[in-house]
Amino acid sequence: MFFRKKKYIKLEPKETREIKKELWQKCPECGKLIYEGKLKENFKICPYCGNHFRFKTNEWLSLLIDNKFEEYDANLISGDPLDFKAVKSYTEKIKEEIKSTGLKEALTYGLAKINTFDVILSILDSSFIMGSMGSVVGEKFVRGCEKAIEKKIPFISICGGGGGARMYEGMFSLMQMVKTSQVVGKLKENNILYISILTDPTMGGIAASFAFLGDIIIAEPKALIGFAGPRVIEQTIKQKLPHGFQKSEFLYKHGMIDEIISRDKLKEKIIKILSIFYQ
Amino acid sequence: MEKIKELEFEKSLTKFTSAIERLENQQKSTQKDNRLPITKLQQELKEKTKEIYSNITPWQIVQIARHPQRPHTMDYINTIMEDFYELHGDRIHSDDPAIVAGIGKFNSRTIVFVGHQKGKNIEENIAINFGMAHPEGYRKALRVMKLAEKFKFPVITFIDTPGAYPHIQAEERNQALAIAQNLYEMAFLKTPIISIVIGEGGSGGALGIGVSDKILMLEYSIYSVISPEGCASILWKDQKAVEQASQALKLTASDLLKLGLIDVIIPEPLGAAHRNPSEAIKIVGSYIQKHIELLSTIPISEIVNTRYKKYRNIGLVLSEETEE
Ligand SMILES: [Zn+2]
Repeated sequence: MFFRKKKYIKLEPKETREIKKELWQKCPECGKLIYEGKLKENFKICPYCGNHFRFKTNEWLSLLIDNKFEEYDANLISGDPLDFKAVKSYTEKIKEEIKSTGLKEALTYGLAKINTFDVILSILDSSFIMGSMGSVVGEKFVRGCEKAIEKKIPFISICGGGGGARMYEGMFSLMQMVKTSQVVGKLKENNILYISILTDPTMGGIAASFAFLGDIIIAEPKALIGFAGPRVIEQTIKQKLPHGFQKSEFLYKHGMIDEIISRDKLKEKIIKILSIFYQ
Repeated sequence: MEKIKELEFEKSLTKFTSAIERLENQQKSTQKDNRLPITKLQQELKEKTKEIYSNITPWQIVQIARHPQRPHTMDYINTIMEDFYELHGDRIHSDDPAIVAGIGKFNSRTIVFVGHQKGKNIEENIAINFGMAHPEGYRKALRVMKLAEKFKFPVITFIDTPGAYPHIQAEERNQALAIAQNLYEMAFLKTPIISIVIGEGGSGGALGIGVSDKILMLEYSIYSVISPEGCASILWKDQKAVEQASQALKLTASDLLKLGLIDVIIPEPLGAAHRNPSEAIKIVGSYIQKHIELLSTIPISEIVNTRYKKYRNIGLVLSEETEE
């Protein structure tokens, strides 16, 4: 059977295979094939196992926003503070990312209307250099908080930051952790509500700064959230990690987050929280 | 004195040190007067050390920063502090030996000390986890810094860690939050904070006790967002690219001073701190004294405001118009 299957794939014309690849997505959790249209309709949630596929910035916006999003500082882009030269230079890398993602940086923020509430919404997109913390991410996060203070409205952050630090910016990247953590203190001083929504993945320097400092912390199901990467931990302890380790459900069990909310219910939950605080 | 473990690039010094040792032993056992040749060899050793150290690469500095015979936090505390009273535990879970915290007298002034502790050998290092802290370490550090705030005692933090401990239990007790909480609280701590990188400043685990009014680095210490090994394997896909990675990351004291990310470089004795720990400790003590005095003249509200602004302004951000 195995042999026949292989033969069958070989005989398949190249063209149809490409179309197939476009229309079907394989769920990394359960391995089932899902028709892409169906996946989109379902908020990119796997209908078989509930796995949440990663959302992009514009998808978050259309999920949460009611007809108004005024983006701020859309023109900010990364400099190259270290003049970083690896196999690829940082400048080249940034150019490529801008081209392939259509974003100028990993973090987008602006004034948003969610139902009747004005909020500042910040979205960290893992498709742009893993949503890692460069100077622009740090700066835009801080400006978002400052805007919320100025307008006296809640601040909502959606985190999807895989790599945590942005190596290409070296210590400038590390120091963004202080910058984004301390501004949360300013939110506190000014009585601004900060809701932090953790998505897959929220790791390293992002987790160890603003992501875990929310007044309310919500996670999407099965998202990978933690400080050290699972592979690094496995190398250190020289054994396999238990199933579900560093996933949202694990965090909930250990008391690190308030709630796990499926994406299709996220908007109504945010509205509910805002109504309790502000009506 | 314990024999100095020479690093790969220092190997050419061995012939001088062993010749000196031989002559000294001979002098002891035979009463033969070897003072003249010994002095001559010592002079040559000095010249050779100068030569090696005048032309050193970032990767070599990484190795010096990790040298097991460099003075570690407790070596400094034991030498420069009178009446050091160590405090233990985070009051919740356990006492983490990878971070030392306590209070004592320094030049007759009361100060609070917090620092990563590394070991001199493998046994010591296993016991204290190579200076890699659990969340309890950061929480202990914070509670002791809060104590300093209560009495307005200056806080000195010593940074020397490969990073926070990557481990199941550390994650279960929320390592990420422990570090985030420290960044958040230290930023507003109402007492002066001075941080000194004495060896290895490894990423978030270093920063977790590193938010400060003045950041000082020893001449051959490093401070980096990722280890050169980690960076090499991710960006070069080659473990051996550590030379290039160390260069690219700009992790040395002189690079970071040029970039404006640290305030002061503390010079080390000839041939680095592992060759002359007591001298290194003395120099560090004098820098601590100087910076405590400088900060003690500034009102605390101004210190906290300046600290906030300093971190607020770190980063290189361009707007598209300016790029063209
Ligand atoms: Zn699935």
